Amino acid sequence: MSNQIIQGVLLGGYYALIACGLSFMFSVMRIINLAHGSLAVLSAYALWWLASRFHIPPFAGLLIVLPLMAVIGWALQRFLLERSARGGALLPILTTFGLAIVIDNMLFEQFGADTRSLAPFIGSLSYDSWEWPGSIYVGKLAVIMFFAAVVLLGGLQLFLSRTGLGRAIRATSEDPDTAGLVGVDARRANAVAAAIALVTVGLAGAFLGMRATFDPYAGTPQLLFAFEAAVIGGAGSLWGTLIGGIVLALAQTLGAQVHPQGFLIGGHAVFLIVLFVRLSMAGLSLRSLFNPPSRSAS
Amino acid sequence: MSAASPVIERGTATSRIAGVAVAVIIALLAFAPQFLSAGAVDRMTALFIYVILAAMWNALAGFGGLVSVGQQVFFGLGAYFAIRLADAGLNPFLALFASGIIVGAVSWPLSLIMLRLRNGEFAIGMWVIAALTHLLVNLDRLVQGETGTSLISLNVYDASARRLTIYWLALASMTALLAILFGLLRGSTGAAIRAIRDNEDAAASVGVRVTGTKRLLFVLAAFGIGIAGALWLATSITFQPKTYFNVQWTAYMIFMVLVGGIGTFEGAILGAVVFFLIETWFGGAGVWYLVGLGATAVLFSLFLPRGLWGTIEERFGLRLLPVGYRVRLATDVVDPAGNDTQPQHTTTDRETA
Amino acid sequence: MSFMAVENLVVRHGLLQAVRGVTFGVERGETLALVGANGAGKTTLLRAIAGAHQPAAGRVLLGDADLTSVPSHRRVGMGIALVPEGRKLFVRMSVEENLLLGRTAGRPGDWSVDKVLEMFPNLKPRRHTKTGHLSGGEQQATAIGRALMSNPDVLLLDEVSLGLSPLIVDRVYAALQGLIRSGTTIILVEQDLNRALSVSDKVICMLEGRIALTADSKSVSRDEVTKAYFGLHKQKAEPA
Repeated sequence: MSNQIIQGVLLGGYYALIACGLSFMFSVMRIINLAHGSLAVLSAYALWWLASRFHIPPFAGLLIVLPLMAVIGWALQRFLLERSARGGALLPILTTFGLAIVIDNMLFEQFGADTRSLAPFIGSLSYDSWEWPGSIYVGKLAVIMFFAAVVLLGGLQLFLSRTGLGRAIRATSEDPDTAGLVGVDARRANAVAAAIALVTVGLAGAFLGMRATFDPYAGTPQLLFAFEAAVIGGAGSLWGTLIGGIVLALAQTLGAQVHPQGFLIGGHAVFLIVLFVRLSMAGLSLRSLFNPPSRSAS
Repeated sequence: MSAASPVIERGTATSRIAGVAVAVIIALLAFAPQFLSAGAVDRMTALFIYVILAAMWNALAGFGGLVSVGQQVFFGLGAYFAIRLADAGLNPFLALFASGIIVGAVSWPLSLIMLRLRNGEFAIGMWVIAALTHLLVNLDRLVQGETGTSLISLNVYDASARRLTIYWLALASMTALLAILFGLLRGSTGAAIRAIRDNEDAAASVGVRVTGTKRLLFVLAAFGIGIAGALWLATSITFQPKTYFNVQWTAYMIFMVLVGGIGTFEGAILGAVVFFLIETWFGGAGVWYLVGLGATAVLFSLFLPRGLWGTIEERFGLRLLPVGYRVRLATDVVDPAGNDTQPQHTTTDRETA
Repeated sequence: MSFMAVENLVVRHGLLQAVRGVTFGVERGETLALVGANGAGKTTLLRAIAGAHQPAAGRVLLGDADLTSVPSHRRVGMGIALVPEGRKLFVRMSVEENLLLGRTAGRPGDWSVDKVLEMFPNLKPRRHTKTGHLSGGEQQATAIGRALMSNPDVLLLDEVSLGLSPLIVDRVYAALQGLIRSGTTIILVEQDLNRALSVSDKVICMLEGRIALTADSKSVSRDEVTKAYFGLHKQKAEPA
């Protein structure tokens, strides 16, 4: 059993990776990007294409794909989200949903329905494991993934609290108009935030491809996992995302023990339970799960 | 400032003509199968179902401000409960409507949790609900996982009689649901709905029952989409969870409403017709067809967020099926320099529903 | 030519015209007080100068530069800083972080976090406190300090005494006196007429979006300003 718990915790690292971009983008721009999962799958396909076509190993491929994802994020914010956000809070949901459909089906058009994996391109890493005391075997990849998540979340935290650009992004997320009045270019801050978010998405896509298989329509479950982990973790803090990811993964692991179909059901169920508990505890005053407290300064 | 007394009107001359036209169209549609091929009857049935889907999603998003990406849950449940009821021995045609009622009933407790979520959270939260429901339905022995099952009891009816019955049922369901929505929007709830659509916080502050009104729309949308799912099952007989709980249904709804005109009664119907035509002409293009739908949705959300009907309405002040009031008043226009210009007659429309 | 000027400025909020063709200028080092009843358009005018509102007509000029279509964050870089009404601090960030944000535009100058803390010693122990937890006076000091961190040539102050106790207001104005002496150009909106007149070189009284009176603060009588304030003073708008 302890073996399963450890596997679950490590899987939580992956969920934290995929969730942190979603919740980061929401906390800065107040947009839930429904194309989030599809973009992760896009990154996985890009790596797969580089590996199978040009023999570029996935970890090296990241050097190409991650900057590309940053550019996509920047363009996404500048050309789509900025415009649709001006039309109210609901429009970006529709825009990003439309984008998800476009990405999914373009991938299908390009790569067909076959499931792919990056596992064949990372050699023994996909199945190697370390033996821990108590004859527990942990996959090397899972451990790398978990530490990547910790490093990423920690790095993001440091960036936001210690650098001028990070402060500018936080100021924009609190109050974009006032940010402009103190000299922050809110549009640029948002575009940088979107670029950073998509770099994390790209990384999550890489790990998705390495630890499992994916197909053109694999974006939907990734989006739901990301959302669930972010909400369970109480998306205010980045570390909450890690906890949310771990809880989600443990619930799935537990669900799989109970019933062969239980993996996904367990995850969705724990999400709804957390949601229900949090809503009934917060009472009617709760306006939003994602929203950090009060935006007004007085 | 000279105060001109505003004129408040409900219908316009055009809208009275439109009202008659609607009655004539419905009557014509009722007799249409006499002149249509079997295939055309099936296609028309599909159109009626699309209109229901569009109108119901529009009721939720356009009027209630609740954008859901998980409405396929009600579509799938509509079909699933119909299968279950028919399996329990209920007449399959009756089962279609009983199923819609059950779906509506199920949606009520669901609304207690989901309506506390805002915007994007609600959207994706509904998606989680749909995914979970799909998995749970798969567990039902009768459904046999993704293998699915069929509405076998419908096979006792002769094929052409079955086709016609479903056609009329779909037409009647569409007409009834549209009439309910129209009545709701024109009645006292309508004012509340429009107030919420325009500004939720302001509506709440003047005493509009925001949550109650939203719940009404949520349950109505669930009921309507449940009926649509059951009708779809009746036309296709087979039930595969993967098909019915597919997010694609919501994608269609969003496409229809976004193109037609979100928040306008006529827009959803127009959107459904446009979608129906696109599907008829380009549906064979496979993946590119879906890419095109997604891209069109993106472009409309960016450049024509009011959709076709919203834009037409704005441009020409056209109002076919007025669900609100409009106030026409004469106002003075003051130019920047402070010189009063000639009083101009302007129509201020506070009604776009 | 004035150091900073607005010409025929018109600002609308939807259908409402908040500022209706306002023209005035300030010289370098001058302190201008904007007075007028609530809704006269003072705050909108300041915000339009800072770039928070896009005017419907007219121009905002700084020296030779036309700022009218320059976004707010770039105006900070050109030397215009606003201390907004209601302070508008970033409440989830500390005093120091708020101050450092003021430096984003990167204008060279003397102001630093330490210098601001010297000017407002009461902020010193609060340096790492989130501004949401500060008292009103401390928040106001942070807001002024944040604007100063951009080393502005023109400082716009919108009702800095609002919601503060008289004692704290005295302290804030004592700190401002130092700025005024140092030669910073200041435009301030102030409800307290006596204070506005005593601190400024020139006073403008606004009424329903227009300038009702422009006068020299030292020579104008309080009575004259009060009349303009209530629209009893029918003065022709000054030639631009």
